[in-house]
Amino acid sequence: MMGGLEMENKLIASSSPHLRSDETISRIMLDVLIALLPATLASVYFFRFNAIKLIVLAVGASVLTELVIQKLLKKPVTINDYSAAVTGLLLAFNIPASAPWWIPVIGSMFAIAIVKHAFGGLGHNFMNPALAARAMLLASWPVIMTSWVTTGADAVTTPTPLAIMGGEASGATMPTLTNIMVGNIGGCLGETSAIALIIGGIYLLYRKVITWRIPFTYIATVAVLTLLLDGGFSAMTYHLFAGGLMLGAFYMATDYSSSPVTPKGQIIFGVGCGVITTVIRLYGGYPEGVSYSILLMNVAAPIIDKYTSPKVFGEVKQNA
Amino acid sequence: MKLFDTFKNGIGKENPVFIQLLGMCPTLAVTTTATDGMAMGLATTSVLLGSNLVISLFRKVIPDKIRIPAFIVVIATFVTLIGMFMHAYAMSLYKSLGLFIPLIVVNCLILGRAESFASNNKPVKALADGLGMGIGFTLALTILGIVREVLGAGSVFGFELFGEAFKPAIVMILPPGAFLALGVLLGIINWIGQKKANNA
Repeated sequence: MMGGLEMENKLIASSSPHLRSDETISRIMLDVLIALLPATLASVYFFRFNAIKLIVLAVGASVLTELVIQKLLKKPVTINDYSAAVTGLLLAFNIPASAPWWIPVIGSMFAIAIVKHAFGGLGHNFMNPALAARAMLLASWPVIMTSWVTTGADAVTTPTPLAIMGGEASGATMPTLTNIMVGNIGGCLGETSAIALIIGGIYLLYRKVITWRIPFTYIATVAVLTLLLDGGFSAMTYHLFAGGLMLGAFYMATDYSSSPVTPKGQIIFGVGCGVITTVIRLYGGYPEGVSYSILLMNVAAPIIDKYTSPKVFGEVKQNA
Repeated sequence: MKLFDTFKNGIGKENPVFIQLLGMCPTLAVTTTATDGMAMGLATTSVLLGSNLVISLFRKVIPDKIRIPAFIVVIATFVTLIGMFMHAYAMSLYKSLGLFIPLIVVNCLILGRAESFASNNKPVKALADGLGMGIGFTLALTILGIVREVLGAGSVFGFELFGEAFKPAIVMILPPGAFLALGVLLGIINWIGQKKANNA
């Protein structure tokens, strides 16, 4: 034992990290929930009770599934970090307002149990859980997942703007750009109001929860490609604000665990998402390509990281 | 007793699908219904029995350097036999399994048993191994087929289980459903295995 005087002069270095930020999972997830608030309110305003029902069911089923899985696997229960709630809310945003009650429940269970926890839980999922669940729902119940209704209390069946553009809904007229911006159009709960989504996205950027790289490059790529390939400026604006681009670019593609970590990689990721989205929209069989483009790039993220990670100084090339 | 152990091995401890992950192509491709899964399993079992027996009988005659082509010729003969047999007596199965009947030739489970078991064991033992492995394979494919058919079509072996209100998840009878169902089943089986190992 050393004397007390000597101890005071010693510099005690604990193991890293030395600088701690107040960034915790729950703070980040809470920020995402706050950012999604305008879009949530917009969807409730436009789709009334249907929106409330789907959001409550999706969020509730997500949180409950997380609780059950973590109890079953005897892991610490982390439903208080809001991550399951975010997944549930994002999933609800991907569901048409006319969907029956069990669609969000099955989707949430799939997202949390299979996509998230089967691969190790938060931070280990290789795909965005909400989007993977959407893809599963779309493949399983294509009719339910693609019957859109008009906003308001009447809820008449209507095609989405992108379906009209793609020529799938002949005879339907295109809604005005103002209606598209505000969200007064047919579509999923969360893909309708572009303005509300952008406000939330700016909040996330301001809070440094997300960086500009993925959303900006994603949206810019879609803008440039549709401007060049789909006949000019007005087509471009429709492509930007109709459909799920804003939702996908700000909230889905930026998922930490399924997007690249390197700055260069994030730019490649955003551009890749943009290219695939445009190709699916203009030349593919589906009117909307945001979800599949992000899922495809999610799968490519590890390889992007591998080729964009900076060289470690002094690294010796391994002789295989 | 040893013979019975050899037989048992293929069903449980060394199950070709759930433990060894062999023969994934038919496992994923034809398990859209319980009937198809079971039929594929039985067809594979008959080929396995034939090829294990013949290869074991000829194990001292087949030159080591060309053993793989020799095995394949034997296996292909039995697959052709089974294919013709099904064509003659089970036309609807023959149609629904389609291309996957000739593809039994390249099922790595069959070549794997020929290489690792039949080519250095006596005929009776090789038969027991083939039967065990075949039944294990059939069981696995039938279970997978049942899971996928129930969830994806709302029926089992063709019998409707639920009423009109049930909306089956079509994804389960599409290719992604095969991976999902197999992955979850493997997870459950490994989980049970781990629990057993921990308790022992």
